[in-house]
Parts: sequence; C-alpha cells; structure tokens
Amino acid sequence: MMLSELFGKRLDRLSNLPLTIPRRGRGMVYFGLGVVLAVIFMALAAPILTPYDPTRTVGNPFAPPSLEHPMGTNKLGMDMWSRILYGARTVLYVVFLAIAVCMVIGIPLGLLSGYFGGKLDRGLSMVMDAVYSFPSLVLAIALAVALGPSLMNAAIAIAVVYIPTYFRMVRGQVLSVKSEQFIEEAKILGLPTGRILLRHVLPHLIPTIMVVFSLNAADAVLTEAALSFLGLSVQFPTPDWGYDLYLGRGFLLSGYWWLVFFPGLMITLLAIGFALIGEGLSEQVRKEVG
Amino acid sequence: MGVGLARYVAVRASLIIPTILILYTLVFIVLRILPGNPIIAALGTKNIPPEQLRQLEHQLGLDKPLWVQYFDYLWNVLHGDFGKSLVIRGRSITQDIVERLPATIELSIFALFISLGIGILTGLVASIKRDTVIDKALRVFGAATYALFIPWIGLMLQLFFSIWLNLLPVSGRIDPSVNLRVVTGFYILDSIITGNWAALKSALSHIILPAFTLGLVLSGPYTRLARNNMIKQLESNYVFAYFARGVRKGKVIRHAFRNALIPIVTYAGLQFALLLGGAVLTETTFDWPGIGTYLVEKVAYRDYPAIQAVVIVFAFFVGLMSLVVDVLYAYLDPRVRY
Repeated sequence: MMLSELFGKRLDRLSNLPLTIPRRGRGMVYFGLGVVLAVIFMALAAPILTPYDPTRTVGNPFAPPSLEHPMGTNKLGMDMWSRILYGARTVLYVVFLAIAVCMVIGIPLGLLSGYFGGKLDRGLSMVMDAVYSFPSLVLAIALAVALGPSLMNAAIAIAVVYIPTYFRMVRGQVLSVKSEQFIEEAKILGLPTGRILLRHVLPHLIPTIMVVFSLNAADAVLTEAALSFLGLSVQFPTPDWGYDLYLGRGFLLSGYWWLVFFPGLMITLLAIGFALIGEGLSEQVRKEVG
Repeated sequence: MGVGLARYVAVRASLIIPTILILYTLVFIVLRILPGNPIIAALGTKNIPPEQLRQLEHQLGLDKPLWVQYFDYLWNVLHGDFGKSLVIRGRSITQDIVERLPATIELSIFALFISLGIGILTGLVASIKRDTVIDKALRVFGAATYALFIPWIGLMLQLFFSIWLNLLPVSGRIDPSVNLRVVTGFYILDSIITGNWAALKSALSHIILPAFTLGLVLSGPYTRLARNNMIKQLESNYVFAYFARGVRKGKVIRHAFRNALIPIVTYAGLQFALLLGGAVLTETTFDWPGIGTYLVEKVAYRDYPAIQAVVIVFAFFVGLMSLVVDVLYAYLDPRVRY
C-alpha cells in the first residue's frame, strides 16, 4: 500500500520519498491498525453495542460473565461490557487530546529551535533533555497531583511530559534537513522563512512524526491508564479502563477475575496496537535514512 | 588512563548538575507554586483558623518569599535534608526515604537481571533463526512487551500463581512471621548475612512475581539489541574465518555472543528511568514497600514535601545512572576519547 494514498497526492509531490510500507513491517502495521480502529469503533458505536448505561446498576453485584453480561458485573452491579465500551471513549479522548496539545507545542518549538539555533536553542534543548531523561510517569503523577484529579488535568499532565519527545525528534530532523541544497536554494530565492519551514522542511518530517506519534500514543495510553489506576484521573462512576482496574483490584482475592482481566486486557491491546503501528512504520523510516 | 579517566568523570559529572537543577526547579514550580497553599491542599479544607494557618506556614517556612524558599530548600536538599512530612507531623522525610530505598533497589536489580535474561535469550534465538517465523514472532514480542500494562500483568500473575495455584505469595516483601534482623535493608542480603534461611526463602518467593513483571515489560529493547548485535557479529569477517576453518557452529556462536554482549550491558543503564517509572506501578500492584508505594501513599494525602522529595531522589538517580553509563562506556570502549 502506498502511504501517499492515505495522505493524498500533495505529500507525494512535496517530498520525493518512496512512501511504501516495506514487506517486513507491513503485517505489524496492519495488525496494529486493526486493533486501534476496532477500539475507535467500540467507542463510537458504544450505544449500539450495549443496551446498558455504564454508570447504573443493571444486574446483581459480582455476576460472572454470562450471555446477558458478557464481561460480568462489578460491585454495584454495573455491566462491565458497557463500562469497557464507554471506557474506550475516555481513554481515546484523553490520549488524542494530550497528543494534539503535545504536537501543537512540541513540533513548532522543535522547528524553530533547530532552524534558528543560538542561545534559545541551547536553553530549550537543555530543559527538554532534562525532562526527557526523567521517568515520565513520575512527572505525570507530580503534575496530576498539583493540578488536582480530573480527566482534563490528566490530559494536561500527559501532554506536558511528552512535549520533549516531539521537540527532540523534530529538532534533530530539522538539523539534518537544514543543510540540504533545496533549502539553500529556497533561501536564495528569497522565500519567507515561515514558508520554508512549513512547505519545505515540515513535509520531510512527516514520516518520522508518524512513527513517533504511534510509539508515543502507546506510551500515552499506558500513562493515562496508570494515572487513573492511581486515582489521579477520572472520578467515580466515570467508566475508564485504568480506573476500573483499580476498582476491581481489591476483589481479586475473592476470585472475581473478570473485574481486572477485561479492563487490563483492553489497555494492553490498545497500547500494543499503537506500538506495532509505530514499530512497523519505523522499518520504513530506517530504510530511508540508510 | 588514570588521570584521563578521572578528568572525564569530572567533566561528565559537572554536566549532570544542570540537568538535576532543571528538574529541581521544575519540581519546585509544579509542586510548590502550582497547588497554591500546600497546607490547605493537605488538610483538604479551607476551614482552618487563620492564626493556626499562619503558625503552620511559619513553622514550614511557607511565609517566606518564594525565591527564599527555593534556595532554602535547595540548600537543605544538598545536605540530605528533605524536610518534614505535612501529614504525619514532624516525621523526617529523609528517614522515610532511606528506609524505603533498599526495597526499590532490590526489586530493580532483580528486574534488571530478569529483563536482560529474557531479552538476551530471545535476541540470541532470533539472530540464529534469522528471517524465520520464530524471528518474526520474537520481533513482535520485542515490540509488544513494552506496551504491556504493568498492573494488569502483575494482577494476572497474582491471580494465576498466588490465588489459583497457591504457589507464591500475593503481595508484600517478606512473611511477617519470619523474624529477620534488618542490617542493610536489603532483605535477601540480610537473610544471607544473618544465616536466616527461612527468611531468604520467604524474601525470594516474594520477589519473583514483581521482579518478573517489571523484567518482562522492560525486556523488549534488549531482544532487539541482542538480535541486531548478534547478526552484526555473525556477519563479520572473523566469524566467516572461523567457519572457513571448520570451527563448530556452537563454538562460533559462543564467540560472537561474547562480543555482542558489551553494548547491551551499557544500554541497560540508560533504561534506568524506565525501570524507576515501572517500579512505581509494580510496587503499587504488589504492595512492595519501596519508594514507589511511598510516592503513591503521599499522593493520596497530598503530602507535597514528601512528593517533592521522592521526585528529586528519582532525578538524582537518573543523573547518577547516566554518569555511570558514560564512564562504563568510556572504560569498555577505548575509542571514546577522554
């Protein structure tokens, strides 16, 4: 499959990169895409796929999986299948919101910092490297605590800790593209800097950004789940996989395995889906680089 | 080597300082300025008599200007004093951390060895079975392991090995009924020193599941690294020469394996930040009384000074580890100039 089919001809015209997914990574990309699209479908079609309200008591407490409740019910008799479906909305919302904020801040900063260099670049790089080297979950915990536990604040915390990931990648790429001849030519032609950055530098970064986005989305899913597992994100009774894992954890000794098995499985599946997309796509980028 | 290496270490160490300072500043902004008044946050109520609030603020130095607090705290941290807990009045945070740290280090060391073991073994197999189904499956394994959600893997292992099979303890660090005399705080070491074999057995059976959980999740990069390094070695001229001389395959692989190992070991140090981040979740899942559970407990109470202290200790360890890696690398690879 040509990647240009996904992104239209415009990309193909702008960068003369051979944008095909090589055989090696293809299986991983397709499998990952399948998983991620399935979860997106679950989130969108939740009201069709379940008759129950995820926050209401609809059955006996701690009912094991059955035809009526395929994933059982929790302590308050809420249907776990419904909570899984609506929980997909929560995790996708937080992850996509966080990554959007991350990209909007990290990519322009990386572009400017890499392109202009100088003192600002050195200062920014130092701060970004320091944050990057630190365990992101611990920093996200500190931020979420300071901001107070809520869905929005969890998204902000996740966004902040992953800005350096995009900054560093974009900056590094800009440094290597900057010295290419066509950029020199664009400068000689007297094109405005903004146009050079957006039309001539940025398109070359798109393959790398896609790889980093997929790998980072896997991280973000795990961090979102971790924050809610630690009680730093959603509040009861909002359905969320990490939070449901936390709620079900106390009943593991009683043998109510379905309360932890399904939410945890979904977190892991979604994260693996994103990771495999990134892993497969990175084969492509590596091949281009050499 | 002596003087050169010492200078190299000194230069590297001085580069770590700004990193730690940046993180300290960031943590100060996030945990001291962002939440407003930490006392009100910790108490969870604004219904506190103003005089009492002012008195508390004075005791904790919160009535001073922020920049004074910034440098006061930095000065104290440099002297190993992280201040006192807000929640348990008068409890020294430094003492808490010193008590909790050995548990985390013990878990991390075991997890590190397990992840190296899993990673090197799978990488070796993948390189020998290159481009077969096994190789492909192991590549997916390497990519997928790091996306495993630690609490889920931990809880599933607990369910299977502890609850259904009843083979291993569910959680904790040691059976409270074995009386272990704590010498170093590292229970496994302590039980060997004091010759307490019941305690050793208990400590080992407690550490298996958490260390395996954390080790498994971190093993992916080693799989890839071991595979690619082995392939590089197997394609090099000396291996070709061995084969040409008719040396047995097993023996050649042993030689190549030893050469492939060096970069893997140095890379292990760079994984340290991930190890610490993962330790927080692993410890919480298994009620392991380390610094990660300490952080989570303090988070629940909004005990800001304690949270701040833990984050700074983590920053220090990450900086220290990157220094150790740099030095180790320079020592192992003579091409690194110093």
